[in-house]
Amino acid sequence: MAKKVFSRPKCLKEAIFHYCPGCGHSIAHRLVAEVIDELGIRGTAIGIPPAGCAVLAYNYLDVDMIEAQHGRGPAMASGIKRMLPDGIVFSYQGDGDLAAIGIAESFHSANRGENITIIFINNAVYGMTGGQMAPTTILEQKTTTTPGGRNKTSEGYPVKVCELLSSLDGTTYIERCAVNSPAGVNKTKKAIKKAFQCQIDGLGFSLVEILSPCPTNWKMTPIDSCKWIDTTMSKVFPLGVFKDNTTAVKKSREAAS
Amino acid sequence: MKGYIEINKELCKECHLCIYACPKGCITPAKEYNSRGYHPVCTAEKKECSGCALCAVMCPEVAIEVYRE
Repeated sequence: MAKKVFSRPKCLKEAIFHYCPGCGHSIAHRLVAEVIDELGIRGTAIGIPPAGCAVLAYNYLDVDMIEAQHGRGPAMASGIKRMLPDGIVFSYQGDGDLAAIGIAESFHSANRGENITIIFINNAVYGMTGGQMAPTTILEQKTTTTPGGRNKTSEGYPVKVCELLSSLDGTTYIERCAVNSPAGVNKTKKAIKKAFQCQIDGLGFSLVEILSPCPTNWKMTPIDSCKWIDTTMSKVFPLGVFKDNTTAVKKSREAAS
Repeated sequence: MKGYIEINKELCKECHLCIYACPKGCITPAKEYNSRGYHPVCTAEKKECSGCALCAVMCPEVAIEVYRE
């Protein structure tokens, strides 16, 4: 008797994704859905989709979702979490949403140590609007607004969100992963689960950055874009755990009680 | 270990990440079309699937279900 070992997670709706072939958003959506199923938080989870390609995330994730203004996801998540402390509040944001227009909200909610989870998708371009340069575009990368490659003197350097936020005292768990290989996808799932668990235990701010392929705007095939993450992008955005204070915070709470 | 996969051809968008992920080369491109104009992938008949689920882990469209005996 054959046993089913992999199927669609329960809190992912039957809808067909609107994303381009090979997009990392769909993988990230599935991972969030799997983690919500495994932790059994479908009834209490509240998601905040961004403005960007993932703006229609509420069409796919079968949990409570509320749309935030462009970049204001972390501010909205902070408010919801303060009013509904039993809810598991997560904000799902792209690099244009979190690192460009919403950097103030993300920075300050991290600095306040809000007990929320942020899933940050980094694909190094503005996907929805047609592949313009994002703050996370790497040097010499060609986009529609930097046709000769990003130049450090006129456009500056790529913003490294994990490094930036891990220097703040308010954050608890920060990790960067990639969804360009089966091993990377499994690691990303573990990281998302740990971030949600961090929030469930009330330990504070958690963020998972996911390097995600954007074959359409990188003008590559999906397989080439997965390889490009390995060869080029992960050199600029190194993968790994940048901050993990979960055990330290737990111990200090136990000692205090 | 033996297994098999079921591909929902209507969901497939021809990104071929499953072909890239499969260690045994069990998945191949097909010539037929689905209703949205993509050429969905299909399983190669002569190769033996071990049910490792790497293709399903990688599939962005959640089009693959994996069974193991």
